[in-house]
Amino acid sequence: MTLLHLAGVTRTVQLVDAPPLTILSGVDLDVAVGDRVSIVGRSGSGKSTLLNLLGLLDNPTTGVLEFDNRPVKSFSSAERDRVRGRDVGFIFQQFNLLQGRTALENVMTPLLYAQGKQFWQRARIATEMLDRVGLGHRLGAMPDKLSGGEQQRVAIARSLVRGPRLILADEPTGALDLETGADVMALLDEVATGSGAALITITHDPAIAALATRHLRLDHGVLTVAGANIGRTVSDDDVHDDLRDDDLAAVPA
Amino acid sequence: MNRLLSNVVGSFVEAWQELRIHKTRVMLSLIGVAVAVCAITTVVGLGAVAQQSIVEQNERSGGRSATLSLYASASDGSMIDPEAMQELWATALDRYGIDYASRVLYSTQTVQFTDGAVPVQVIAVDQPYGTMHRVKLTEGTWFSVDDADRLAPAVLVNEVFYDRIGRPDLATHPTTALLGATPATAVITGVYPVSTWETEPAMYMLMDTLTALTPADQLAAGGGAPNYELWVPPEISEDLIVALQRDTESALGAGTQVSVSRQDYAAYNEDPFASIKLLVGGVAGLVLLLGALGLVNIALVTLKQRIREIGVRRSFGATAGRVFFSVMMESIVATLVAGVVGVIGAVLIVTNPMLQEFISQGMVTDFPPFPVEAAILGLVCATVVGALAGLLPALVAVRVKVIDAIRY
Repeated sequence: MTLLHLAGVTRTVQLVDAPPLTILSGVDLDVAVGDRVSIVGRSGSGKSTLLNLLGLLDNPTTGVLEFDNRPVKSFSSAERDRVRGRDVGFIFQQFNLLQGRTALENVMTPLLYAQGKQFWQRARIATEMLDRVGLGHRLGAMPDKLSGGEQQRVAIARSLVRGPRLILADEPTGALDLETGADVMALLDEVATGSGAALITITHDPAIAALATRHLRLDHGVLTVAGANIGRTVSDDDVHDDLRDDDLAAVPA
Repeated sequence: MNRLLSNVVGSFVEAWQELRIHKTRVMLSLIGVAVAVCAITTVVGLGAVAQQSIVEQNERSGGRSATLSLYASASDGSMIDPEAMQELWATALDRYGIDYASRVLYSTQTVQFTDGAVPVQVIAVDQPYGTMHRVKLTEGTWFSVDDADRLAPAVLVNEVFYDRIGRPDLATHPTTALLGATPATAVITGVYPVSTWETEPAMYMLMDTLTALTPADQLAAGGGAPNYELWVPPEISEDLIVALQRDTESALGAGTQVSVSRQDYAAYNEDPFASIKLLVGGVAGLVLLLGALGLVNIALVTLKQRIREIGVRRSFGATAGRVFFSVMMESIVATLVAGVVGVIGAVLIVTNPMLQEFISQGMVTDFPPFPVEAAILGLVCATVVGALAGLLPALVAVRVKVIDAIRY
């Protein structure tokens, strides 16, 4: 079942005294429930803009963007926020836990924007979620008292607490050491599998990208299947790139 | 409905969390708001007590609205024949159908106390005077219509008099000896309160009693003509003044001076506390403004740090409206709490017995309860300040670009 459908999506920004800048061009992408997609790309390749679009935070300039078979353009602003709250979970590189709130309060935050049972039983639901990520014993801990790995686990619990159908992970291991990053990704994969959600991971790290079943690459606003570029010569431009195609090629699919 | 309820409750939860985190800073800025609300509420509350005190005092001296006074004297300074005057008075009351009217004459009677005979001021009145001046008694009752026929005249004494005779129980019909031209034993049937500055004994007596006890020539020598008072509906008072003036002048003929005028407080009612109220209210308004500015300042400074947080909240489904409402709510919840503290402070100040005593000077028998409108005014002020202080940060918060806020 298709959750996200992008066809010929472009995104340009109007600049003062300059021709419009094209950030994304001709992006085609279909994401179904349960998919594991990784997107790699250099800084400035348009990853943030793509994330905005996938997370219903922005509209494409041209092209079709459908969420749940409904064109996103037809959503009102409040409706779009509500759909995002219900169906999309975000995980950020810097964790972005709310400071001064306990782990439990952080996980309860998305439930504050829910209705009915989810809203009124938010404490119980959030406690269960923290239990599932192995932090049932740290409910009252403030973010600054948690390790990086624990913070990201709280963030994972927070993104999944409303049972979203799409999880957007933006450099989820970028601020963690290798081993902790692997643990966190294993957990994310496990919880996402358990809930049947689609997981889109944006990353620099080929090892993390390799965990996905579909590998995409964003280059100067063009989204391609990463496998198609394997074998491309490494140009001088790419020397400073975090991710080289040959790294990716070395990873077993 | 469900959505509305969870939105409102959710906003409260968010606002409360935010306040809890920044409690020290918020509290400091709220002290100003609480003080200002307390001052405004106190001013309004004290105004009510002062108003009551003034109304009671004025009614006691000047009568209720509208009380007219008629005074006639001969141009050569001599007294007008009391009997002619009395007849004219009775005719006027009858003609205009006036039920509440009283003669008022200040005189003295010598009273035998245990430590000697003392001249005591007498206010001689007719029976309706009690209603016309809303005379309140601490004990006993006002004169009844039959009291004029009593063989032992009834008198109402003030607290000073009552203390001086040892505060006997009125049920035992205590008496006092009047040593006038016609000595008599009077029965004390009531006691009325005195203000803190009154130290001399005094008493009320019916006019008919006084005239029976005192020969006319002695009365004339002692006090002059009585004042004639009427309590009439305010709307007819103007016309009645003209009619009474005309009637009396024509009945008494040339060589007399007649003056009919309104003497109750409502005729020249001005709030003597108006200037103080205005001053304290103005200062309180300034303090409130400063408190609000402090609140805006803090809200804007913390907003800078909170842009990321707002971005995170937006990414988890908070609508723009919800973010606006939550930020606004923070400010309102905070000032409302400050307002409640301020109002409680004001209630404690205004209902403080020492302060009430100071304001009323012992002349208020019915202290009004703390005025609800003052409390409501205080809370409304606090809420409005909160809403105004929250508006600017809330507008900034709504304009936050979500992904930029998260990734900067």
